Amino acid sequence: MRVTVIDYKAGNLTSVVKALRHLGADVEVTDHDLSMIGSAERLVLPGVGHFSATRLLDATGMTSAIRAAVDRAVPFLGICVGMQWLYAGSTEAPECLGLSHFSGSCERFRECGQKVPHVGWNAITPRIGSRLLAGVAAGEHVYFTHSYRAPISADTCAVTNYIDDFAAAVERDNVMGVQFHPEKSSATGLRILRNFLDWTPNGEAC
Amino acid sequence: MLTKRIIACLDVHAGRVVKGVQFVDLVDAGDPAALAARHAQEGADEIVLLDITATHEGRKTLLDTVQRTARELFVPFTVGGGIRTASDAEQVFEAGADKVSINSAALANPSLIESIGRSFGAQAVVVAIDARRDPAAADPVRNAQVFVQGGRKPSGRRVVEWAREAEARGAGEILLTSMDSDGTRNGFDCELTAAVSESVSIPVIASGGAGTVAHFADVFARGKADAALAASIFHFGVSSARSLKQELAASGVPVRLPC
Repeated sequence: MRVTVIDYKAGNLTSVVKALRHLGADVEVTDHDLSMIGSAERLVLPGVGHFSATRLLDATGMTSAIRAAVDRAVPFLGICVGMQWLYAGSTEAPECLGLSHFSGSCERFRECGQKVPHVGWNAITPRIGSRLLAGVAAGEHVYFTHSYRAPISADTCAVTNYIDDFAAAVERDNVMGVQFHPEKSSATGLRILRNFLDWTPNGEAC
Repeated sequence: MLTKRIIACLDVHAGRVVKGVQFVDLVDAGDPAALAARHAQEGADEIVLLDITATHEGRKTLLDTVQRTARELFVPFTVGGGIRTASDAEQVFEAGADKVSINSAALANPSLIESIGRSFGAQAVVVAIDARRDPAAADPVRNAQVFVQGGRKPSGRRVVEWAREAEARGAGEILLTSMDSDGTRNGFDCELTAAVSESVSIPVIASGGAGTVAHFADVFARGKADAALAASIFHFGVSSARSLKQELAASGVPVRLPC
């Protein structure tokens, strides 16, 4: 299957592309081409670093193209900052708006003497019935590296605790996001990417 | 719960993993790609590949090695050795590294931390610090001397103040090697590690001196380390990451157990 990875200059895409190819995906990368987003079969928005990098999505017109793709039920996966962008925004860069597909905004971990950023392998508790996390057991570990986190809502499909509970993954219809890095999370991460690649709107396998 | 990370380090010379004492009597320990895959399979949380000779001629070999090692590796992968400019770092990222480790070049030019972080994010910049306690200082631990060029030359910097500066400039993690403990297998320098870990908010990876399971438990508890790195104890099958983590879990240390 074909996967279009969106590059908005927020870090290195090599690992994400490599993991998707390892799973048999035919990966193409774009940093501006709206027609590629318009004809995409699946979209992945990775991203590490600062939320302000997402302003390139607006500047290039990619935000509107992504919104249109999401509206026509193209499966979409946001990773790390790419997940945070699916909310209204982040206090990391209040001037940059997110997609507002999910309600709420991302905020920095509360100051309490524990280290921020949250870096390393932490356990996730998937929600029963999550299609993105099908086959992932409660307590399996995935790799995180972030200082801002998304709020828990009805769309949260996995929770992790660091300082407080936060949304480790989110899912509603064709739009999914993970705060952790599935491409760096060993067998558990590859299973999650596989679930994304197998996801179809009617729930049947490809 | 956030687990304590066990990191396997591969010292590479001319495309092969080597192990020696103080960089002499190098023994061939195998192929980097094969060893990295084996460590990841055994449950290592991360792989660090250090080009210990880092010659200009060795640059192409290193990039080939990084590419080959990264191909089938789905855990975080850090590469260090000879990265002097943001463009060196870019080549290493393009070859498949998730993070770069910089040491002498960061001390010579601290703004390198910012320039790599700007393009690749703070999480991608590991500042490696080689430090030796300074018995002449009022506080021999906090004022441990920072060395450059593979521990050959004092930099004039002190460990806690340099770690703080690295954090302020946007380092994502500190990889702290105790030169007093390195190669001894007598345990990590827990006082040094705690002094640095308590002075910064970013994760500190302890390195140097790993010999037994108790040493790891000790550096996580007393040393306040977020992660611990070891090389030689894994390479010759003295202890696998799997058995190390099983024993740590049994003694109450939160770790990710391999499948």
